[in-house]
Amino acid sequence: MNDNLIWVIIGMGLVTYIPRMLPLVLFHTNNLHPRVQGILKNVPFAILGALIFPGVLTINPDSVLYGVIGAAAAFIAAWLNLNVIIVVLASILVLYGYTFL
Amino acid sequence: MLPSPAISSEQTHGLWKKGIQAGLPIAIGYMPVAFTFGLLAKAAGLSLFETVGMSIIVFAGASQYIALSMIAAASGAAELILTTFIMNIRHLLMSASLKERAEDEPKWLKAIYAFFITDETFSVAATSQEKKLTGSYLLGLGLAAYSSWVVFSGAGYVMGSGLPESLQASMGIALYAMFIALLVPAAKKSRKVIALAGTAAVLNSLFSFIPFLSGGWGIILSTLIAAVSIEFFVKGDERNE
Repeated sequence: MNDNLIWVIIGMGLVTYIPRMLPLVLFHTNNLHPRVQGILKNVPFAILGALIFPGVLTINPDSVLYGVIGAAAAFIAAWLNLNVIIVVLASILVLYGYTFL
Repeated sequence: MLPSPAISSEQTHGLWKKGIQAGLPIAIGYMPVAFTFGLLAKAAGLSLFETVGMSIIVFAGASQYIALSMIAAASGAAELILTTFIMNIRHLLMSASLKERAEDEPKWLKAIYAFFITDETFSVAATSQEKKLTGSYLLGLGLAAYSSWVVFSGAGYVMGSGLPESLQASMGIALYAMFIALLVPAAKKSRKVIALAGTAAVLNSLFSFIPFLSGGWGIILSTLIAAVSIEFFVKGDERNE
């Protein structure tokens, strides 16, 4: 494997890049049906939901509670309209503190 | 659509800086993930050149982790590339969604910033307050995230397991915390957002029990079903853009 690994990596790069690039560069979306535009506008929030759940529960393979506490800390900080960086740092700190309990 | 007025170089500079600022939380979130990738790559027998090279060329966290486990299991090149493709088809949706908000700019510029679309950069861009997403903003955002990913892949390879384990573990929450921070303010304003995120989360949780639908496919399917069904069921909800 090691001899051709760099070629495999280049192949991985290509198949990753093509889906990222095609819609932006090639598709003509100026005359998209409003329904399709609406669906595309829905995508960000749907993806966020799918990315968060159930992934957040498995960040610590030994403890579901760990992810729950981190997510709760982030949720509270975000509810208070704190800056994104503060939300990220706060949840890291809460979990770091939790490991010493 | 009205032709947008030419953007002055001063504005471009401001947008570029805004993009970098928006990319900082991602850069922080990527640090432990990239660091751990570097650690594991060394354990899987990759060279430093291959490890950093993969981060430079592929720039896709989940696929890179899976590639390591497949390399360790002596999988073939075709399997590795196909798996990477399946994992990353979801970027089609993100790219199409970004196109709706992208400033009218040359295609070569779009071809460049398209490279930086990840779950994280997309989420930040798609929920940003910018009216139109410009190449300057997206390049600043993408490069902030990308440099962290590449640099900390290398650092992880070189530095080994220097950080205290409890700190490494708690940094695993970073990217999820960012997703939550992006979602909550929008959800406070719109019930449609809650319905979208909630539906996709429930579906993806169900799909996670179906082995061949977990990971990339589960995310694509749950996103599509949620985005399409909510579009038809929830009508005339507040449009907050």
